[in-house]
Amino acid sequence: MSSVLYDHPGPRARRRNAVLTVVFAVVLAALLWVVYDRFDERGQWAADKWEPLVDWRIWKQFLIPGLVGTVQAAAVAMVFALAFGIVFAVGRLSERWWVSAPAGAVVEFFRAVPLLLMIFFVFYGLPWLIQGPVSAFWAVVVGLTLYNGSVLAEAFRAGVLAVPSGQSEAAYALGMRKNQVMQLILVPQAARAMLPVIVSQLVVLLKDTALGYIIAYPELLQRINEVNANFANVVPTALVGAAVFIGINAALTVLAGWLDQRTSRRGLHAATEAAEAATGPRGMGAAGLG
Amino acid sequence: MHVFADELNREVLISSFLWILKLTGVSALLSVVVGVLLVAARVSPVPVLRGFGTAWVNVFRNTPLTLVIFFCYFGLFVNLGVTLSDDLNLNNYWLGVVGLSAYTATFVCEAIRSGINTVPAGQAEAARAIGLTFTQTLRLVVLPQAARAVIAPLGSILIALTKNSTIVGTIGLIEASNAMKQLINDNGDAVIPIFLVFAGVFVAMLVPTGYAFGWLSRRLAVKR
Repeated sequence: MSSVLYDHPGPRARRRNAVLTVVFAVVLAALLWVVYDRFDERGQWAADKWEPLVDWRIWKQFLIPGLVGTVQAAAVAMVFALAFGIVFAVGRLSERWWVSAPAGAVVEFFRAVPLLLMIFFVFYGLPWLIQGPVSAFWAVVVGLTLYNGSVLAEAFRAGVLAVPSGQSEAAYALGMRKNQVMQLILVPQAARAMLPVIVSQLVVLLKDTALGYIIAYPELLQRINEVNANFANVVPTALVGAAVFIGINAALTVLAGWLDQRTSRRGLHAATEAAEAATGPRGMGAAGLG
Repeated sequence: MHVFADELNREVLISSFLWILKLTGVSALLSVVVGVLLVAARVSPVPVLRGFGTAWVNVFRNTPLTLVIFFCYFGLFVNLGVTLSDDLNLNNYWLGVVGLSAYTATFVCEAIRSGINTVPAGQAEAARAIGLTFTQTLRLVVLPQAARAVIAPLGSILIALTKNSTIVGTIGLIEASNAMKQLINDNGDAVIPIFLVFAGVFVAMLVPTGYAFGWLSRRLAVKR
């Protein structure tokens, strides 16, 4: 309970809360009943709709390969996005305007363009330009890399800027040059502070791989659709697929929270917070907007 | 730029972005309404409501939006028979609005909740100590401070919502991404201009929005 909003409840408030609890429990139960009834009316509880989902062969043939496809695209895109992010963050921090201005423009551009638009450009447009096909996998990976790389670049830049200024001042006092200060002092500290942000961005990446469904990349949602094509059981399959996504993302969110606490113990919290603020709304937990 | 010299292609471009604006506008309103209700549930003294709010947020925040929209169409409409309009396009539009709002509301809820958490407990304690009632405390002390902390996150959410509205193209609405795909398939010799025009409209809409929200939030920030 939020202490800003309430005093500790006295006897009267406790009674009122008890009454409200019962009232809303009844309302929610009624809502659940409406959903259950609607499912029942449309025959969504029929055993033949749910049976494929407890069949190991269905998991082996569709859902697990789908999950592998999802994780593969997310993992490859994450590696590229990190490299892209570091290069463009350092570029944007450069004191030479002819480096920082283009780097800034690229980052702002890819943060403002919808991911789906980029994936469509790579998948449908690029083949015209290179006179050859582009695989759905690479279309998804390139789109994810450009978007998440730009988000990470902003986070990384904010992280570097939030490293206490005494650090770089001390390094300059030792006689280090600008490149040395960046490479030896600022980037290592910002990188460690970035860990929670990187994990949260993984949640965004993992969710966004589902866009691959639209260009028929065989990830989890595409496989869900295939199961549905075979058994006409879209409601159960989509619910199970959603549960898989929720499980993975909730685990990543917990991991990000744990890393967050660890970095704050090590006194890097200012940099972490700055990086988190740059990736999106603060304190939203780890799961990003996508 | 011969592609957009053609009247028909220009119409495709304009109508596709009108869909984006309509999706964004209505979903933004709905998700703020639902998000406020969710946050009220999540901070309420009633455990059942808190559980409901938490469950909603965790389910929708961790599910890909594409899957949410997919479910709205194939689950709600095709299988469960939830029809929102007799016109096919409008039905897809409203299904998209439902999906976008259910998803975006979770982010609105979390942004407002963390906004409330930025208000130090001492503020409310002081308000109660000078005899303000519960509603006065909220109206005069807590919410004005929380609202200022929420401006920047809400701006990011609005920007993300605008971009996310392209995903409604999955269920057949000819919004910007589908329109671009259609034009690219018809005009293979002008792929780059087509992409730059579509992307440029988004950049022109969203980059200024981002700077405006950033400026506003810095201007109204509570000094502590």
